[in-house]
Amino acid sequence: MEWETVIGLEVHAQLRTKSKIFSGAATAYGAEPNTQACTLDLAMPGTLPVLNHAVVEMAIKLGLAIDAEINKRSIFERKNYFYPDLPKGYQISQFQLPIVGKGHLKILLEDGTEKVIGITRAHLEEDAGKSMHEEYSQQTGLDLNRAGTPLLEIVSEPEMRSAKEAVAYLKTLHTLLRYIDICDGNMQEGSFRCDANVSVRPKGQREFGTRAEIKNVNSFRFVEKAINYEVERQIALLERGEKIVQETRLYDADKNETRSMRSKEEAHDYRYFPDPDLLPLIITIEDIQKILTTLPELPEKKRLRLMHDFDLTPYDASNLVMTQALANYFENVVAIVGKPNAKLAANWIMGDLSASLNKFNLDITNSPVTPKQLSELLMRISDNTISGKIAKTVFEALWENGGNADAIIAEKGLKQVTDTGAIEAIIQQVINNNPMQLADYRSGKDKLFGFFVGEVMKLSRGKANPQQVNDLLKEKLQ
Amino acid sequence: MILSDQDIKKIAHLARIDVSDEQVTALRPELGKILTMIEHMDSVDTQNVAPLSHPIEANQRLRLDEVTEINQRDTFQKIAPNADHGLYFVPLVIE
Repeated sequence: MEWETVIGLEVHAQLRTKSKIFSGAATAYGAEPNTQACTLDLAMPGTLPVLNHAVVEMAIKLGLAIDAEINKRSIFERKNYFYPDLPKGYQISQFQLPIVGKGHLKILLEDGTEKVIGITRAHLEEDAGKSMHEEYSQQTGLDLNRAGTPLLEIVSEPEMRSAKEAVAYLKTLHTLLRYIDICDGNMQEGSFRCDANVSVRPKGQREFGTRAEIKNVNSFRFVEKAINYEVERQIALLERGEKIVQETRLYDADKNETRSMRSKEEAHDYRYFPDPDLLPLIITIEDIQKILTTLPELPEKKRLRLMHDFDLTPYDASNLVMTQALANYFENVVAIVGKPNAKLAANWIMGDLSASLNKFNLDITNSPVTPKQLSELLMRISDNTISGKIAKTVFEALWENGGNADAIIAEKGLKQVTDTGAIEAIIQQVINNNPMQLADYRSGKDKLFGFFVGEVMKLSRGKANPQQVNDLLKEKLQ
Repeated sequence: MILSDQDIKKIAHLARIDVSDEQVTALRPELGKILTMIEHMDSVDTQNVAPLSHPIEANQRLRLDEVTEINQRDTFQKIAPNADHGLYFVPLVIE
């Protein structure tokens, strides 16, 4: 039977505030345990929550960025369950009236096609603390620094049909959250966490199958692997005539498998009700309009603009808009090298520059090679002063010692040889040195052409213009 | 509406309240009365009435995003039944 995968995603984005959602305690990552947990975070009697202005603004920003309805009136509710990292015995969340209603996000698939994924809602809530079960014998240690950290939970419609689509959605959302500057997106630190609801159904069937929820997978790669594993597991069960149990499963990256965490039936009885400590949150049109003016150019719009203005492919453009800093770098370079060299600029930024930045774990804003320096180098490739290969040498010199491309080319004598006579002389020398290969080539071993190109380039120390070498060699080897 | 003993035990478990069998017997008619009253309210036509989440006509006030709390861990941990290494401790809970 042919099966269809159905995936819905819940993303918990930690909002980039200085203080918590309902208290004035700090939210800085990595503080000593419990030094950022105040009386309210500890649920001391008599304390009352007061909503942080910044989280409301951030939620509205997201709402605007995904074309969603912003609810003019939303309410906070208590989600009741007992766990020691939740001292109040309930989590303050939103349930019936979330701040952000229906919206959508456009994702770009690998084959270049676009797909619109519906977003059901986004609501504000507080995070719980952190429990440590293993380090202390027969006790659970609690660090409540994270308790009360603001989260925006963004819930998608079950509209993704493969693990790849799910990852594309997550990456698009991740980029968007950083553009609108409401979440730092750091997955290692848990600022962007994802739960995936996965089910399968026979192709053509309308009703959804029973789903399993995979919790807290902390990298894009693992999300893809976890979903693929889960889909195979469910199909195998169904094909054996067994049933899927609705449950929460944890992904184990070491073993690449998902494991049942707990049966959800009882744990799911959260008994939500409006929190009497928090009044309805009212948002005015003026509030929304004010926030609208603070939105930057969004990644989707930027991508289309780059494609249109610089004739870039969807692939190049979507890579360049991954972060604002990267896109800015590209635009600064193109401003100097011009539209005809835009593709060259994109290749260098996504290629050598990104590779070097990764190698030294640097952000593009701290790149040792500035847009101006890279542009000067690209211009020399463009006007045939140096070949692409020699350019790599110049780039390395720029990376290590700074300076400018022209000075490096002059100093190291890297200028490309474009003088036909000089190249012909080198070719003649190569032919003289390799009579056997020449005979073989002439008797039909076409593959040896590459050998001759290599020898000529070697003898010219990489400086011969490759196109000219090709053309002249073809002539001479006849 | 009458609750079964099982319903009552489930609710007690969810609220982490230890209820003995005798108490369940006593609670059943009491809870039943409350539920009957709620059923009575259910009979009112509320089709054109907006749900009321809060009884007072007021809106949530917001505070500025500023850190106003200082670290008082030592003070708080002095009154905790079990705290060490900066952590609060509870009997082992396993997920």
